[in-house]
Amino acid sequence: MTTAPAAELLTRDPSDFEEPRRRRHAVWSVIRTQPQATIGAIVLLAFVVVAALAPYIAPYDERAKVGDVFEAPSSEHWLGLDDAGVDMLTLMLHGARVSLIVGFAAALVSMLIGGTIGLVAGYFGGKTDVALMRLTDYFIVIPDIPLMLVVAAIWGRSLTNIILIIGLIYWTTTARVIRAQVKSVRERVYVKRARALGAGHLRVLFKHVLPQVAPLLVAITVLSIAVAIFAETAIAFLGLGDPTLISWGRLIENAFSRSAISVDAWWAVVPPGLAVVAVVLACTMLGRALEDSLNPRLRVGHLSVRHFRLRNLRTEEAR
Amino acid sequence: MTGADYVLKRTLFALMTVFVAVTLNFVLFRAAPGDATSSLRSCRNCTPEFREALHRELGLDKPKLEQYGIYLKDLAQGDLGLSFVTRQPVWDELRQPILNTLPMVGLGYLIAMVLGVLVGVLAAWRRGTFLDWGGVSTSLFFYSMPQQWFGLMLLILFAGTLPASGIADPFIEFTDPSWWTVVLDRLEHMILPSTTLGLVLYGQYALIVRSSMLEALGEDYIMTARAKGLSSFAIVRKHALRTSLLPIVTLAAITLGFVIGGDILVEAVFSYPGIGLATYEAVFDRDYPVLQGAFLLLTLSVIVANFVADLLYFKFDPRITG
Repeated sequence: MTTAPAAELLTRDPSDFEEPRRRRHAVWSVIRTQPQATIGAIVLLAFVVVAALAPYIAPYDERAKVGDVFEAPSSEHWLGLDDAGVDMLTLMLHGARVSLIVGFAAALVSMLIGGTIGLVAGYFGGKTDVALMRLTDYFIVIPDIPLMLVVAAIWGRSLTNIILIIGLIYWTTTARVIRAQVKSVRERVYVKRARALGAGHLRVLFKHVLPQVAPLLVAITVLSIAVAIFAETAIAFLGLGDPTLISWGRLIENAFSRSAISVDAWWAVVPPGLAVVAVVLACTMLGRALEDSLNPRLRVGHLSVRHFRLRNLRTEEAR
Repeated sequence: MTGADYVLKRTLFALMTVFVAVTLNFVLFRAAPGDATSSLRSCRNCTPEFREALHRELGLDKPKLEQYGIYLKDLAQGDLGLSFVTRQPVWDELRQPILNTLPMVGLGYLIAMVLGVLVGVLAAWRRGTFLDWGGVSTSLFFYSMPQQWFGLMLLILFAGTLPASGIADPFIEFTDPSWWTVVLDRLEHMILPSTTLGLVLYGQYALIVRSSMLEALGEDYIMTARAKGLSSFAIVRKHALRTSLLPIVTLAAITLGFVIGGDILVEAVFSYPGIGLATYEAVFDRDYPVLQGAFLLLTLSVIVANFVADLLYFKFDPRITG
């Protein structure tokens, strides 16, 4: 890393030397002010609360046979019964726990891996950067679902393994976005000054670079929750989910393999899918809103748009 | 940086990724515990002696580094090895599934691209209207659906009217069909899986096309075109769409790379005998050579597609300097 020549430093605006205000509340303010983000956050929170309370609010036991096979929805069983006569609503509530745990935990794993690789590659640059980005490229091009199947078949089908597998595969977007961001932060004067004052790489990374990219990291992690929940349904659908646990993916798989389709038991298929859609949609809305306002690369494109109003002219013509 | 430099740099990058992929594929499958002899299906009741002999025959008793050397040498000669299960060359095992997959997944991606460009352009053009809102939210909705689940939904709705599984009617050959009947039958079997793929995938294209269009509409030359008094349609078609086609073209090129990979989930729902289903079965058979071959083909096709996309970008966008 080169430090700027003294003459250049002298001619700069003094405010350049100040570290930019830490946007500690950036994430929170986006959630408060943008309706998309607010809706997403509320839906997500609602699902988390329901999942946490599942054992207390579930109407029946999740293993008890309480009626006929594939009994249609009724006032006692709002979502009908599944192939073993178990209440679907109870299964849905319990499934929420596993699906959300996998989603959040796997997103956390991918945040740790992708964040670290992005920080290191962007900050150190050079050969480290090239090597890490080649590795990232490989993980982008590798067929993801087959790889998850191979690893799940080898490691075994426990919840922890599934979380690790998903996290270990879907960190590439995080790494790339963070790397790009770190590359620009690294060139700021306050970082160079910190280095010149004798701060070590670790200190600069954690005290000066990481806080600047943290809000963006949160945004991408919210998006990866959606990806992770998708991945869980895929693994479960292909029969490699944890056999002892109920998740939304498992419920979809169950409906398929126990031929709910051929007996027209739509109530065994529709709810788990819709639940996944709701959570993924919530994460996507929240994540996109956060990323739009936190990723400067996206903001440039969006700003220029506002100067142009094709539609207004048309309405004026019509008058 | 000149054009030749750019192409050279991209080629080197692609070659490096190929090498990383080849090596990691080896590590992935040879470091994995369990091999052909611990397979679920082919060697359930083998004696230890037989296992030993099988090890030697398949070259699994040699040191890992030597195995890697042999693997690289065979690969350079285009030899993907023999399937653990059927003892046929891996390439022969994979060819038919790939041929089955290509038209079905190709059609699916085609539906996705056409729908995506249409919705994206309309949404950007009518930005801020109900059409924009509706286009973006339906895109997001379809994008949020698990593929397998949407496939099942289509099955519930159309199971009676359209063929629900397989690639062709098994009895059609007894009726001495004309080639046209055969093609029609194949197409009928492709409708549900391809529609599933198309609808689940179009959302992301629509969003990309929309933001790329919006960016183009914000440029100064659009203002000039408006000042000249061009109609909105002419502005969108001649000025905005042309420039925003660039990311769309490269996206299409990248997408082509994924077509060969097929789609495990959709193929599993509709029992479509494509490469996805073949990989899926190979996982359960621990048929590592077939898996290794499939992984290699899939990664290579994506790398090549990305490389082509880079070159297209360079050809179409004179601003690119590397």
